[in-house]
Amino acid sequence: MPDLHDEDSTKPNPKPGVARLDYAGEQGMAVEQDTLVERDVEKREEARSLWGDAWRDLRRRPIFLISAVLILLLVVMAVFPYAFTDADPRRADLVNDYLRRPNWGDVFGAGWFGYDAQGRSIFARVVYGARASITVGVFVTAAVTVLGGLTGMVAGYFGGAVDAVISRIIDIFFGIPLLLGALVLLNAFATRTVWSVVIALGVLGWTQIARVMRGAVLTVKQSDYVMAGRALGAGTGRLMFRHILPNAIAPVIVVATIALGGYIATEATLSFLGIGLQDPTISWGIDISSAQKVIRTAPYVLFFPAAALSVTVLAFIMLGDAVRDALDPKLR
Amino acid sequence: MGSYVLRRVLQMIPVFFGTTLLIFLMVYTLPGDPVAALFGEKAADPAVVASIKHKYFLDQPVWKQYLHYMGNLFQGDFGTSFTGRPVSDIMAGAFPVTIRLALLAFVFEMVLGLALGLVSGLRRGSVADTLVLILTLVVISIPVFVLAYIAQTVFATNLGWVTPTVQDSYDLSQLVLPAVVLGSLSLAYVARLTRTSIGENLRADYMRTAVAKGLPRRTIVLRHLLRNSLIPVITFLGTDLGALMGGAIVTEGIFNVQGIGNVLYRAINTKEGPTVVGIVTVLVIVYLVASLLVDLLYAVLDPRIRYA
Repeated sequence: MPDLHDEDSTKPNPKPGVARLDYAGEQGMAVEQDTLVERDVEKREEARSLWGDAWRDLRRRPIFLISAVLILLLVVMAVFPYAFTDADPRRADLVNDYLRRPNWGDVFGAGWFGYDAQGRSIFARVVYGARASITVGVFVTAAVTVLGGLTGMVAGYFGGAVDAVISRIIDIFFGIPLLLGALVLLNAFATRTVWSVVIALGVLGWTQIARVMRGAVLTVKQSDYVMAGRALGAGTGRLMFRHILPNAIAPVIVVATIALGGYIATEATLSFLGIGLQDPTISWGIDISSAQKVIRTAPYVLFFPAAALSVTVLAFIMLGDAVRDALDPKLR
Repeated sequence: MGSYVLRRVLQMIPVFFGTTLLIFLMVYTLPGDPVAALFGEKAADPAVVASIKHKYFLDQPVWKQYLHYMGNLFQGDFGTSFTGRPVSDIMAGAFPVTIRLALLAFVFEMVLGLALGLVSGLRRGSVADTLVLILTLVVISIPVFVLAYIAQTVFATNLGWVTPTVQDSYDLSQLVLPAVVLGSLSLAYVARLTRTSIGENLRADYMRTAVAKGLPRRTIVLRHLLRNSLIPVITFLGTDLGALMGGAIVTEGIFNVQGIGNVLYRAINTKEGPTVVGIVTVLVIVYLVASLLVDLLYAVLDPRIRYA
């Protein structure tokens, strides 16, 4: 009997039978479970869950470690930018600092990466720009995962007419390219903040997750333990969220992680086109766009925000790749 | 086969109407008055505004506007832009340019992407494989507009092979650099998809059979392995043709290509409703037809797939 007593019941459990027994346990098997716990402790080592296995695998991957450290650094930068630099990213000194070249000796100082065409410290702007990118990436991904996950779950679980209608709605939204739709939607906002970008990308971006979730639910729905749960009288909600969701969420997590990098790139593209974030907000996309004018004489003005943006996107894509490899049993 | 195609076409109809309605609602019901935008800073005469609104059916409820638009569309009339030029005229000037650009990008990503994916999939773990993986990862993470600047700086400013921006959008040779930039992201995806797919199929039984039969390596790889590995790649390529035309907004802007992306970007900014809806409608049709063709191609590639 595999891993009967998972103390952490919120932890997804891919082993068929566990969910059913867990459920039966509530009906009066709790006492038996307690006595079994001790006996099974040694067995825990062999009978790991998919997630335990994946975590074990991940810890040994250099790519995962590198991307995780990078992402952690970026998140800290987004929350506490002032911990990285004393310089004010909005302070513009045209007289002294107009396009001043990078001073490589001034590590972590205002002049480290040089100054842009408005005499602002590029290093400070790169540090403070992380906040907009990370916020957009994280919140859009959260929005599309909830929205797409729920619709995909409902479509896959109920099937039939419900599935037909939801699938057509997904097709309809899927037909509009993300960038084009976001341009049209954002044009309606008179002043655009990070949140307007989050709303626009969230409204248009949920279809991919919905498709993945629907597919995963369709497969998991056929499992014996789902049928057993139903036979034991588990309700729709319980079947969906306790039995099916934990076993169908792996591909969704992979797609969502990789998509997070994509949303950051899309935000930068929108800001670059002038229809994303607006000036009081510090964004790498806006900075790259304004660096165009001086690209011949001062390429470093474009280089640093572009490098920051690329490294951020790269970190999330590498993380998603590593998680996929760890979760995909075919590659083991 | 016939009934499958019919069912697919029937399924496309609600999607077509849904997507066009969605874009119609986004353009016409969201805040921002296109007629006021026509007058710029000047205060508009209410009578003139009313007559313009009446002319473009903007004084009708939005569902009536949509029905009217669709009625005209099926007679081949895409409406008139606020500048008085028929939208079909505007598109006739710009679409040929973008179609060439997108096709160039498409050929580039397909040929090079398949070749790179094949090489790296066949020799997993080799130097070439690692190189392809790193290169594609770099290309995926560098946003297209940054890539465009790099290409511009290297090939135009430093090497002087091309002019930084396109002078004549109808000259195919000038479109090569923008097309390479446009197709590079998809190229990376195609290469990675092919690599994964080849890697999975290498272990298939039919491969062992083909080797045991003593078939030449060339035949095994091209006729057996590649053909079977193409399905996920074709799925991606099919939806990508439409995405390339949409993605042309950025590339066409930077390289000054007078195509649909440039026209669409201007139209969105000036709230040129009829032009935006017209162009997006055509893009939706391209996308729907492409995904139908992809579904039909599956059966050609894998004869086990039958359409009942």
